[in-house]
Amino acid sequence: MAEPQTLEIRDLSIGVGAHSVVDGVDFSIGRGEIVALVGESGSGKSLTALAIMGLLSGSVHQTGGTATFEGKALNLGDEAAMQKLRGTSLSMIFQEPVASLNPLLSVGAQVAESLVVHGRASATDAWDRAVETLRDVGIPAPEQRARQLPSSLSGGMCQRVMIASALIAAPRLLIADEPTTALDVTIQAQILHLMRRLRDETDTSVLIITHDMGVVASVADRVCVMYGGRIVEQAEVHALFAAPRHPYTKLLLSTIPRMDGPRKTELFSISGVVPDVSAWPEGCRFRTRCPLASNICATRPPLIPVSDAARDHVAACWHSDQVEGLA
Amino acid sequence: MSAPLLSVRGLKVHFPVATGKLFGKTPVVRAVDGVDFDLQAGETLGIVGESGCGKSTTGNAILGLAPVTEGEIMFDGRNVAALTGRDRQALWRDLQVVFQDPVSALDPKRTIAQSIAEPLAIHGVGRARRKERVDELMELVGLRPGQRDRYPNELSGGQRQRVVIARALALDPRLVICDEAVSALDVSIQSQVLNLLLRLQRDLGLSYLFISHDLSVVRHISDRIAVMYLGTIVEEAPTDELFARPLHPYTEALLSAVPIPDPLAERAKTARPLQGDVPNPMDLPAGCPFVTRCPLRETGCETIRPAAVEIEPGHRLACHVREREITGTSALDPQR
Repeated sequence: MAEPQTLEIRDLSIGVGAHSVVDGVDFSIGRGEIVALVGESGSGKSLTALAIMGLLSGSVHQTGGTATFEGKALNLGDEAAMQKLRGTSLSMIFQEPVASLNPLLSVGAQVAESLVVHGRASATDAWDRAVETLRDVGIPAPEQRARQLPSSLSGGMCQRVMIASALIAAPRLLIADEPTTALDVTIQAQILHLMRRLRDETDTSVLIITHDMGVVASVADRVCVMYGGRIVEQAEVHALFAAPRHPYTKLLLSTIPRMDGPRKTELFSISGVVPDVSAWPEGCRFRTRCPLASNICATRPPLIPVSDAARDHVAACWHSDQVEGLA
Repeated sequence: MSAPLLSVRGLKVHFPVATGKLFGKTPVVRAVDGVDFDLQAGETLGIVGESGCGKSTTGNAILGLAPVTEGEIMFDGRNVAALTGRDRQALWRDLQVVFQDPVSALDPKRTIAQSIAEPLAIHGVGRARRKERVDELMELVGLRPGQRDRYPNELSGGQRQRVVIARALALDPRLVICDEAVSALDVSIQSQVLNLLLRLQRDLGLSYLFISHDLSVVRHISDRIAVMYLGTIVEEAPTDELFARPLHPYTEALLSAVPIPDPLAERAKTARPLQGDVPNPMDLPAGCPFVTRCPLRETGCETIRPAAVEIEPGHRLACHVREREITGTSALDPQR
């Protein structure tokens, strides 16, 4: 068999109190691959990412599932093991770069921190590496910038600092949770460009969590669409956009106003709202909003290949053969 | 063409910045620095730009929520700044706003019906008529009668935004300023609210000033679009014209930076992303505000502020270099 996947997640489930908020999530990320986890609020995408980092806390807890990292079993609940992994093989960047940085510490020291904490470099070496990494992510005059506090930097610069501190340890997997959502669109374009370059140059695997189908189209190799705490469809990015096979994916893509479509016309919309965690229907969780729903949908549809010819395109829908005619 | 419903001329909003120093000049942020536009009745003007460009401050100045340093705002022939007492109250019947965050816009201790009825009560509408009007408004925005006595925390984000819209429409306004009105909503809900705004405009003849950072949303809803950068409008044109033929280098960069939900088109893009960041608004270039990031800049751009010129009817542009390409001359040329 070929080299092991960078990350493999099997049957991951997460509960909040008595409710199941992530239910049986399976996916994997290959070496140098960019996988997008896409969904709306409450879909469970961010909790999935936090679970992979071992950062669930309080009343949110993992209720099932296994993980392997580069072929070795990984106990996401083992804090000591996860701590060792975070900042060496596994790094994460969050949506709010300004809130994620320490306001009282120079950005250079924050970028260097993971090398120092994990004992991988002396303070001076770590500082030099930090300056180099800041240069790599496109911070102008990094020698000066490294000595400044986050408050002297713009939001886009702070996100670059976050990315630099995630990259300095040369992680095997970068998890980016809505990394550009708080940024302006011209800065977003720079950051997405940087993420693609990073993958091309260092073969880092990336898991990007986003609600933005434009961002998915821009960077992802493979896409997992989440709804109601489950993956409802997974496919290679071109296949997903060209021929979605789950009604939610299809409808979601149809609701987005297009840059080249007709204007001031009625946009397609998905009726209703995402039900509350306590009110998810039995079986397919999308069926209360789905135009294709029928009796069989009260039974949970398996996530299976959409055809024999396309084994890596999977959808969880009893009516996936009718999706093309929707919208 | 008839007189515009809203006319803004030379609008400036400058905020002093607290430095903690007793002496010396107080620095100012020039949040809005000379903005002109007209909005016709029944029309939607979109204002797009990135954070700090002054688009929200422009809306707030029209609403009286930001101090006008200089310039004139005329609403239906009335100078907004000169209105006092009853006249000012009458203006609030005609001019309403929907902000981004429906959670903080609604009082958590009031029911939906109470929130929608509030402006009616303030404007002296009697109890019986108020109840009737609340029912009408709830139907108009697609809320169920059973939701009258619900509290905001019992509603979803999209439903809360419908409540805010119903309240804004209570007094039959002519102009609604939508400041990032759909930005906090999930995409599947966003399209529902956009459809509602379009239907209300058709049925009630509303005008919108639609302020947003989201270009695909602004494109969908607007008849005309003004692009702002650091306190000024750098380009303004009818929507189709702006997208087919963006002239200002910032507009071009902005349009090409928007990720398109189509991997083929997205990966075929060749334009290099715009480099650098927006400069500190306390320390603006004397000339063109875009000069620090502009791929077309020439000598003189950093010192001479480009004036907006009408390149063709309805298409205004503030760029020396593009102006010269099109008209053969610009303020950069010594002979002018």
